[in-house]
Amino acid sequence: MISTIRPKLELLSAELVQTIIDEGLAVLETHGIFIENEEALSLFQEAGMKVDGATRRVFIKPLLVEKCLATTPSTIKLYDRRGERSHTIGGDTVHFDPGSAAVKILDHRDQTERGATTDDVVNFVRITDCLDHLHFQSTGLVSGDVPDMIADSYRLYLGLLFSAKPVVTGTFNVAGFQPMRDMLQAVRGGAEELRAKPLAIFDACPSPPLKWSNLTTQSLIDCARAGIPSELISMGMTGATSPVTLAGTLVQHVAENLAGLVIGQLAKPGAPVIFGGSPSSFDMRTGTTPMGAIETMMIDMGYAQIAKSLHLPTHAYMSLSDAKVNDSQSGLETGLGAVLAGLAGINVVSGPGMLNFESCQSLEKLVIDNETCGMVYRLLEGIVQREQPMAKHLFEAIMRGGEFLTLPHTRQWFRKEHVYPRLADRDTYDAWVAAGRKTMNDRAHDEVERLLASRPPDAPAPEVAAELKKIMQAEAARHGLSRLPQVKEFAV
Amino acid sequence: MASPQIFDAMKAAVIEGNKTEAEQLARQALAQGVSPNDALERGFIPGIRRVGQLWEQGEYFLPELVTSAECMKAVLAVLKPELDKARQKSVLSGKVVIGTVEGDIHDIGKNLVAAMFAANGFEVFDLGADVKLQTFIDKALAVKADFVCLSALLTTTMLNQRRFMGLVKEQSLAGRFKILVGGAPVTKKWAEDIGAHGYAENAMAAVRLALSLSAGAEESS
Repeated sequence: MISTIRPKLELLSAELVQTIIDEGLAVLETHGIFIENEEALSLFQEAGMKVDGATRRVFIKPLLVEKCLATTPSTIKLYDRRGERSHTIGGDTVHFDPGSAAVKILDHRDQTERGATTDDVVNFVRITDCLDHLHFQSTGLVSGDVPDMIADSYRLYLGLLFSAKPVVTGTFNVAGFQPMRDMLQAVRGGAEELRAKPLAIFDACPSPPLKWSNLTTQSLIDCARAGIPSELISMGMTGATSPVTLAGTLVQHVAENLAGLVIGQLAKPGAPVIFGGSPSSFDMRTGTTPMGAIETMMIDMGYAQIAKSLHLPTHAYMSLSDAKVNDSQSGLETGLGAVLAGLAGINVVSGPGMLNFESCQSLEKLVIDNETCGMVYRLLEGIVQREQPMAKHLFEAIMRGGEFLTLPHTRQWFRKEHVYPRLADRDTYDAWVAAGRKTMNDRAHDEVERLLASRPPDAPAPEVAAELKKIMQAEAARHGLSRLPQVKEFAV
Repeated sequence: MASPQIFDAMKAAVIEGNKTEAEQLARQALAQGVSPNDALERGFIPGIRRVGQLWEQGEYFLPELVTSAECMKAVLAVLKPELDKARQKSVLSGKVVIGTVEGDIHDIGKNLVAAMFAANGFEVFDLGADVKLQTFIDKALAVKADFVCLSALLTTTMLNQRRFMGLVKEQSLAGRFKILVGGAPVTKKWAEDIGAHGYAENAMAAVRLALSLSAGAEESS
């Protein structure tokens, strides 16, 4: 059989990739990077880098970056809550997870955004758990009914209670790390067990241009030491917080992410790090950051290609939309992003479910996007030579009056060659009218209700659930919350 | 006396966002004996008003708006000392002290608000990002600010807006300036809860809010 091509799309020439990296390294060496964290500053000092204590700027030599690149793993294995199923993050593998972290949910009843509460987060986690094309869950919805100081650990708590999928998450404040790490270790049964089988990825975002805040730097250091993969989320906005040209923004992106990678490696050589991002084309009329802009996606594809040239795992915020409801815009922006992310071979793609510039999640969009992701996986399988010969042997029967529909060949291959969506409308007009003239959004809502009613939540072992609850309750009590919000129906 | 052409040139320099030219015209005007208020009223302010119109009409985008606002800032730096010396009532809309609160290093949103204030004839004192709360108060008192604008991007640093309200109360400064809050996690309800004078969702709304609060203050005084 002739081997199948994995469909792939690259936007940069090898020469441009190298030139962008070189410029990024030159920025780190000559202009330096602002680092708000004392421990990281000492790490850089120990590594022999010039540190300007007054301005907290570190000037990083290319040689140190090179050394750190050599110790950064090119692939990461992420395991589910049971420690059984693993996913490889590296090479051209593609894993979708819901976009993070929204503070609002689109309420289907009146099609308006509102603040999310515990029940919403639980539903969000449970729906994610049901959707096959989302390999990871994310703490993509933040519950507003607990104090802000525990909002980060509380969303991870609900994620671990209601889904077995690995989690993409992150801290909102420095103190949030410890309870989150404790919960992950509680699931695994210890620190070494968690290191051996990572369960979560922590996002760490530099602040453009060229700044690493105390919170995000500390997260990098803490994760490196606990063996938790860090995802570097550089997010220049073209012409506002980074150069207006796409290539110029890539230079800054490379500089910021490589600085983050070095911090991780200085804290613990060999620490797993993912080269990611959430950059955007900055809209010069509205001052917003459209994630659905084609230029945003081009920047994502560009840095992913650069990261691959450095043999690093990759991540991007793609397959999401700036629309406020599930309309044509949300579908086209999400679809474009998902397809391009797939073709670019981006390992972790965060976006499904998201609307309104990363601020709102929609359960309906989540199930729609899952279907889009399924189409992307089909696309990436490519066109395969299934048999030898492929077709000519079939025509003998057809010419004698046979039908394709009844050929054994058809029965053998139709399910493997074609994806049959659950939600996309493929009815005739009359059948569509007879079924109630439902839009994609209506059908998606029916699907949400069906999933919530038909699938019991995937709970951890009772002793693990009890341990998680203990950690969360102690954390809540520390911040003045004597009782955690009650979870409807599924009290734990 | 100066020829009327100089006012046209001032207007054009601001509309084109030509900072060097605008600064030079301001100096030239003073050298020719034009009063700073005249320079503002007949030259620069009509220019920035036109920029505001072009923005509202969707003709001008942010880079044009912001560079024109920068022109105004440069012009004010030249004219301000003379304006103070002349002890004339300023034709400017008011004084704004603005910054991102301590613990927060995000400043893009704040920069846009500052630019929009400048574009609407306010005198803007931008303290930057990660600004100590007391610094806002000290600056506001020193320049006799009409408005103090506090920006925060994070839910955690947003709490510093509430702390600021506490500081103002502790130091018995209530009523000395109006306090406006903004930033991604900030809502109208939050502003009301902490007792701020107002909240605006975006830069244009912030200016409208300040203008309406100023008008209200004048009516009641």
